[in-house]
Amino acid sequence: MAIFLKQIATPDVPMEADNITPARFAGQTPAGVEKLAVMHGSEPRRIGDFFSVSGQFDGTINVEGDHLGRVKLIGAGMSRGVIQVDGDVGEHLGAAMSGGEIRVNGNATDWVGPEMSGGRIEIHGNAGHMVGSAYRGAAMGMTGGEIIIHGNARNEAGNAMRNGVIAIGGNSGDFTGVNMLSGSIFVLGELGIRTGAGMKRGSIVSMKEATLLPTFSYSCTYRPGYMTLYLLHLSQIFAVAEEYLEGSYKRYCGDSVELNRGEVLLYAG
Amino acid sequence: MTECIQLAGGKVHDPANGIDGDIRDLYLEQGRIVETPSSKPRKIDVSGMVVMPGGVDIHCHIAGPKVNLARKLQPEDHRRDPHPGTEHTRSGAGGTVPSTFATGYRYATLGYTTAMEAAVPPIGARHVIEEFHDTPVIDKGFYVLLGNNIFLQQLIKAGRKEEFRHAVAWWINATKAYTAKLVNPGGDEPWKGKKNSNVKNIDEKSDAIEVSPRQVIESFIETVNDLGLPHPPHIHCNNLGHSGNFETTLETMKTAGDKRVHLAHIQFHSYAGEPGKNPKSASRQIAEYVNEHPNITCDVGQVMFGKSTIMTADAPLAYMLRGFKKAKWVNADTECESGCGIVPFSYQEHVYVHALQWAIGLELFLLSKDPWRIVLSTDHPNGGSFMSYPKLIRLLMDREFRREEIKRVNQKAINGTILNELDREYTLNEIAIITRAGPARALNLKNKGHLGPGADADITIYDEMDDKEAMFNAPRYVVKSGEVIIEDHEFRQDYYGKFLHTEPGYDESIVSEVRPFFENYYSIEFANYAVNDSYLHDHEVIPTV
Repeated sequence: MAIFLKQIATPDVPMEADNITPARFAGQTPAGVEKLAVMHGSEPRRIGDFFSVSGQFDGTINVEGDHLGRVKLIGAGMSRGVIQVDGDVGEHLGAAMSGGEIRVNGNATDWVGPEMSGGRIEIHGNAGHMVGSAYRGAAMGMTGGEIIIHGNARNEAGNAMRNGVIAIGGNSGDFTGVNMLSGSIFVLGELGIRTGAGMKRGSIVSMKEATLLPTFSYSCTYRPGYMTLYLLHLSQIFAVAEEYLEGSYKRYCGDSVELNRGEVLLYAG
Repeated sequence: MTECIQLAGGKVHDPANGIDGDIRDLYLEQGRIVETPSSKPRKIDVSGMVVMPGGVDIHCHIAGPKVNLARKLQPEDHRRDPHPGTEHTRSGAGGTVPSTFATGYRYATLGYTTAMEAAVPPIGARHVIEEFHDTPVIDKGFYVLLGNNIFLQQLIKAGRKEEFRHAVAWWINATKAYTAKLVNPGGDEPWKGKKNSNVKNIDEKSDAIEVSPRQVIESFIETVNDLGLPHPPHIHCNNLGHSGNFETTLETMKTAGDKRVHLAHIQFHSYAGEPGKNPKSASRQIAEYVNEHPNITCDVGQVMFGKSTIMTADAPLAYMLRGFKKAKWVNADTECESGCGIVPFSYQEHVYVHALQWAIGLELFLLSKDPWRIVLSTDHPNGGSFMSYPKLIRLLMDREFRREEIKRVNQKAINGTILNELDREYTLNEIAIITRAGPARALNLKNKGHLGPGADADITIYDEMDDKEAMFNAPRYVVKSGEVIIEDHEFRQDYYGKFLHTEPGYDESIVSEVRPFFENYYSIEFANYAVNDSYLHDHEVIPTV
């Protein structure tokens, strides 16, 4: 049986709950979990002040509530286990996580999985800005793992990402894959503007037409072998039309203000 | 009123008064050390512990526009090193360029109670003093950059010595500085005019200013000594970081004759080899010259492995360094008086040049015969953070530890040095000299760096340990101006130290010469340039000598 956290009080200001991770809950009774610290603004409080805790920890944490959007840093730094969130979740979800899985039945806001190095995050709704990105000033964003967004993501998804996969079922905002170093981003819907600005290596795939920067140049239309494999994997997660699996893709390379080794692949039918 | 305190039974290291580890009691009253207290003191038992004056950092970069730019440039550096507040102290951010509050508290946690910001363009003086107001615990002052000042260079060129003297004194007064700093004198202006242009030797007259670095250096050494500023001109020589630059450094020192001069971060100026090729060690030549000339003081500018932030008024140098890393950097022009460059950097053990720099710094420490004239510094944050001072102290005090560390670095670099042959170990008293008594003497701070009656009650008390790094990392007590700031390793109160500056006399008529130059060439009004006296609270004027 999993351990259940049910939100009983709405934080007045955003709270930082980086203690909500399987590693911190391991070996704890519900009473022990209630005593773990959270920051409510600048004030140190306890998990029990905001959540009722029940069940027994077996590696899975269930978090439920209507105002989880004010709860930041759930699963930050986690390395194992599962966190299941029912509701809209706050910023910095799974920041710098290295393993385990976070599933959100609801929307996530900005900073999903920044600088993560492993594990998996799946958002059934939409996500905000900066999915899997680098924090400001840092040279590298996510370095491994998988982030799945069923809905849309906003700007700068995969900012400076170094490895791993981001898959977005809907549309993505502007600057998708900005400053990307390598890794893969799949967007089944439309890309915003300035996709891949400053990218060195890596692949950004979209199933819709897109306006690219003038520093990206068309190279060819072809059928990348790996596309079928990737999309088969993704089709087990959300609906991927059959024709995408076998289709041709227009390849643009860029960003030529940088290394020019990156690619943007647009579905060509 | 501050309470009267008796520090009982400590092993006192007070080299300025010839005390080397004797067991003594110290009495503190009204922020000073006294021979006998006037009332019954609170007794603090420090028996078995090592008592030293508070540390004095003669050369660091802790406040001002360039430091702030470096903070803004590296949010990632701050994020990874938060500095939490306590009941008594404020929070901040650390990293190689800590926020103002963290800077003060972190110096205090190392037992340092005085620090001098080493390079401030006059136009940045106001900013520096405002940041100083938010830098707790330590006493602080700054050196003002005058070596690339066009107005002053024009006076040198015209041979107007008298006016030059008054102008320098006016600038020191207008900025509330402690002394004049020269950085790559004569080198910034050609750089601003023409890409990749710099002076290569100190007798070269650039097209831009028609004054050679030697003329600038001579003029400042003469003038600053004449004015009797408490600290002699603080010189960052030309050609920093270039192979073969030791000859420039020797020439600079020769230019001083027998007049007082301070050479900053001399490690960066002690390289042999051909320009453009890998450097070699010239520490012997430099150490020998410094040893033989008692008019010279220097700080080492030791390189410590790990992350650092290069920040300098030597703009052409920053341009050169930015080529090694190809990441973010800043280059800036500071009107008619200076340049600026900032490059986040990291020194790595396996890199030949970095390992050589590390070794040259240690050689200079170990070859120096007079600890009173060589000061421990890392040119924070250029060679490494001041937080690495304890490790540096251990490298100097513990031969075995040094040997182990030498094995971990690039051996090609080590083979070109004599570091393996140097068996010297610094004693506690020598450490007290190079971190406290020596810099205080070089700065002419008569009330600091010693524990005699009348001295400022800035005292650090360490648990005596074999591991000197651990010992110097965590003093048990830190007393600032008679207040116990840290007790049992914890902050017991907040404290705001003094601002130290000097006020040499000058002829007011020089203002009528400076003003038109301002009105023609500066972006701000002359009246807004000088720092007014409202900035002077909790300050101390150090008299001229």
